Amino acid sequence: MIQAIVFLPLAAAIIAGLGNRAIGKVPAKLVTTGALFVSCALSWPIFIGFLTGTAQAEVHPVLSWIHSAGLQVDWALRVDALTSVMLVVVTSVSALVHLYSWGYMAEDDSQPRFFAYLSLFTFAMLMLVTGDNLVQLFFGWEGVGLASYLLIGFWYHKPSANAAAMKAFIVNRVGDFGFSLGIFATFLVFGTISIPAILEAAPSMAGSTIGFLGGRVDTMTLICLLLFIGACGKSAQLGLHTWLPDAMEGPTPVSALIHAATMVTAGVFMVCRLSPMFEASATAMAVVTFVGAATALFAATVGTVQNDIKRVIAYSTCSQLGYMFFAAGVGAYGAAMFHLFTHAFFKALLFLGAGSVIHAMHHEQDMRFYGGLRGHIPLTFWAMTIGTLSITGVGIAGVFGFAGFYSKDAIIEHAFASGTSIGGFAFFIGVFAALLTSFYSWRLVFLTFFGQPRWAASEHIQHALHGDHPADEDARHDTHAGEVGAAGISEGTGGYHPHESPWTMLLPLGVLSVGALLAGYVFEHWFIGAEGAGEFWASSLVFNEHLAHAAHAIPGWAKLSATVAMLIGFAIAFYAYIRNTAFPAAFVSYFGVLYRFLLNKWYFDELYNAIFLRPAVALGRILWKRGDKGTIDRFGPDGVAATIVAGTRLTARLQSGYVYTYALVMLLGVAAATTWAMTR
Amino acid sequence: MIGLGHYLAVGAILFVLGVLGIFLNRKNVIIILMAVELILLAVNINLVAFSAFLGDMVGQVFAMFVLTVAAAEAAVGLAILVIYFRNRGTIAVDDINQMKG
Repeated sequence: MIQAIVFLPLAAAIIAGLGNRAIGKVPAKLVTTGALFVSCALSWPIFIGFLTGTAQAEVHPVLSWIHSAGLQVDWALRVDALTSVMLVVVTSVSALVHLYSWGYMAEDDSQPRFFAYLSLFTFAMLMLVTGDNLVQLFFGWEGVGLASYLLIGFWYHKPSANAAAMKAFIVNRVGDFGFSLGIFATFLVFGTISIPAILEAAPSMAGSTIGFLGGRVDTMTLICLLLFIGACGKSAQLGLHTWLPDAMEGPTPVSALIHAATMVTAGVFMVCRLSPMFEASATAMAVVTFVGAATALFAATVGTVQNDIKRVIAYSTCSQLGYMFFAAGVGAYGAAMFHLFTHAFFKALLFLGAGSVIHAMHHEQDMRFYGGLRGHIPLTFWAMTIGTLSITGVGIAGVFGFAGFYSKDAIIEHAFASGTSIGGFAFFIGVFAALLTSFYSWRLVFLTFFGQPRWAASEHIQHALHGDHPADEDARHDTHAGEVGAAGISEGTGGYHPHESPWTMLLPLGVLSVGALLAGYVFEHWFIGAEGAGEFWASSLVFNEHLAHAAHAIPGWAKLSATVAMLIGFAIAFYAYIRNTAFPAAFVSYFGVLYRFLLNKWYFDELYNAIFLRPAVALGRILWKRGDKGTIDRFGPDGVAATIVAGTRLTARLQSGYVYTYALVMLLGVAAATTWAMTR
Repeated sequence: MIGLGHYLAVGAILFVLGVLGIFLNRKNVIIILMAVELILLAVNINLVAFSAFLGDMVGQVFAMFVLTVAAAEAAVGLAILVIYFRNRGTIAVDDINQMKG
């Protein structure tokens, strides 16, 4: 069964990808979507099996791969509680995104390619989560990176999409370099790359040291930090996060599937999968906590000022991933996975909802040109509202809450309960980030669905109205040209009527809404419950029962802090974007420096340009001009060619055309030959 | 007493004259033809001299053949020259430099 789950998407991807135009759009879409729904239907029983305790962790061998001396690498599919959670998340969101893409990509010319990429991605992600050894995990890891690259650059005629795709790929290379070093170090230390064997041996390695870069460092700290660098790259943590916002150049379903629900959570999954290793190094845990908390704060602050609807959600994703990491860092792996699980639902919902808005607004993505959409696309509005309620963590403890309420509050509580100073730091950051989360999420909803329509100034809407906007042009105008001053945006509909999306797009929104509504309430017991979770997770990750109990017993003010922060964030957003709409502009003019700092994403891109890019370009230019052209070409191919040309020009002069010259040469030749023959 | 050496010396002198006639001549193609004849004559003198010296008549017979061939060659050469003059209007050596790629 697990084989079918993993390999059906691959088969579908091959059929749709190689068949492409030969089999046509509809069969390609049917095959991929059908395969994903079958995979999804097969995944849920496995998950439910683990929930009810009837299923056991098992490994299904597929093929032998590499057998070389001490290195044994086999293709094998590992199914345990952790994998079953990921299986459900990946196949469910992927199946819904496939269905959604029927509507969203309806006007695109290369749909078979798109669906093939989506299915290929799903296959790679499933290989990643079922990996029984680090090399297979790495295979999936690189596979999802490839699929991400292909899908970000799906609209390859758009230069910005190509640039974003390359950026994602290259930034991920940095992380993957650390990850592969981590795998090498693991093999060096443990002599195996089989995950169960490593996890068994990891605790005994705590405290040992290893030579690295000429010094002695703690073995487990080194390995964990190297692996964590990989996780940072894939999960867009502070430092290696720069690719994620740019990845929004891809089609919106891709953003929902890859850059929100599944691929970017691979880092969190990896840390949880290898949790016994991380447990063996307090330093590595502290670093994970710190980086996670810093990312949660950073991304949330930047998210508050972005104008592109997808970018707001992208920074939100980045921030939520930070939450998951600091949860893992304080030892609450169950809470991290729980947030991963609920986040997949509500963030996919938000992205697909945003896609529905973009669809309705004729590919306008700038929220400054939205407004008043509530009455025009009511179903999308309700879906987005449920997603927002879920991400901001609305709920009353002990009664009912949206999915995010359970998971996010659990993370904040665990951070508080961990008792370490870095945990306390993460707690305060987490609460503050919850305030910001609430603010930017409601800002998005208010700007989009409330207030007066401000569509008239949008060039996309203008294109739509004047009909000079052929269908295949849509994609090319995704990014809005330049910055528009607040004063330059006039109100009014411009005579445009947004249309609600087709049922293929609304159905996934509905299903995900249910998930965003109930996932927390239903599954809390198994994921983080002090009683049920230890049994559910079994040996698939380290579940700290003591911490879980402590998290339930924290003081009331700490428990309520996240909810209070959420309410404050909502109140600010309500005041600034409903009550007194002049307030944001006034705030910006008063705190201009802070606003620009946030708008430019803390100047990370500029910093990287100055530190890495420009020197790299300068070095490349030197090597190109001096090294390649100046030395190798000059003395190599170009030099040989020039010498030959000069030589032939010289010999050509001997060929005068005068008979007597030829005769003389002939005579000299005969004389020389005779002399040679005689003196020989 | 005039011996073989003297004949050979005359032959050599004629040969060198012929060769120089070809190489130092900048004027007329006819002179080249005449120089070629000189070279052939030098060869003939050698043949006849050795024939007499060795008492072998074959050399003299061969010289006869050479004379015949030389006459034919001169005829062909002059014919080419006439055609060439008709085409180019000149037979100055310096103007004949078409034999190059």
